[in-house]
Amino acid sequence: MAALTAITTATLDTEALVRTLDTTGVGAVTTFIGLVRDHNLGRRVLHLEYEAYDALALRGLDLIVTEAAAEWPAVRLAIHHRTGRMEIGEASVAIAAASPHRADAFAAARYAIERIKQIVPIWKHEYFEGGDVWIEGATADPDNTEARAHARKLACA
Amino acid sequence: MRITIRLFARLRDIAGAGELVREAPDGASVGAVWAGLVEEFPELSPYQKSISCAVNADYSRFTAAVADGDEVAFLPPVSGG
Repeated sequence: MAALTAITTATLDTEALVRTLDTTGVGAVTTFIGLVRDHNLGRRVLHLEYEAYDALALRGLDLIVTEAAAEWPAVRLAIHHRTGRMEIGEASVAIAAASPHRADAFAAARYAIERIKQIVPIWKHEYFEGGDVWIEGATADPDNTEARAHARKLACA
Repeated sequence: MRITIRLFARLRDIAGAGELVREAPDGASVGAVWAGLVEEFPELSPYQKSISCAVNADYSRFTAAVADGDEVAFLPPVSGG
């Protein structure tokens, strides 16, 4: 059985991700799949290259699973993030959340993707028509309570 | 003492390497390691306010002390997902 969290260069398999979750007592599974989009900030994107600090990125995913467990004790969460070159339409991240009831599964999955964007050391190198650029989002600080509260708010909106 | 510095994304491009081995005075903080790096690569200096750091693949602080053999990583703002 695959790990609940992973940083991998392999193509993501959402069904395999769901199978990592113990579904005893579960009534709902939500999945979120992030795809490489063909446009960004008015640019026509050709492909992306994701780079990660693998060891810390995995620790970051594990931390998100722990945070989500504190927030939604009945939810089981699995997160796989891919690195390396990805073409338009390919999956860069897959999240699966299993829960007795749907509301918590949706919330935990949303929380996880927001936290990934806040704290996990992964970077997109965007190759677009006319150039390339490193995308820089959030300063990665898991102890930033404001950021965490924001992710929780989005999850429960 | 000798430490390994890890750089990623744009920081790696600026320094021209993802991994650098450097000498640092005993008891140096992560912040001091960063200052030394900026001296070597002045183009890094605008990142002062937006980077975060890690020591031995765990989230850390710029005030944290570094020990011989440590791996110190500097992380530009992240953009996963």
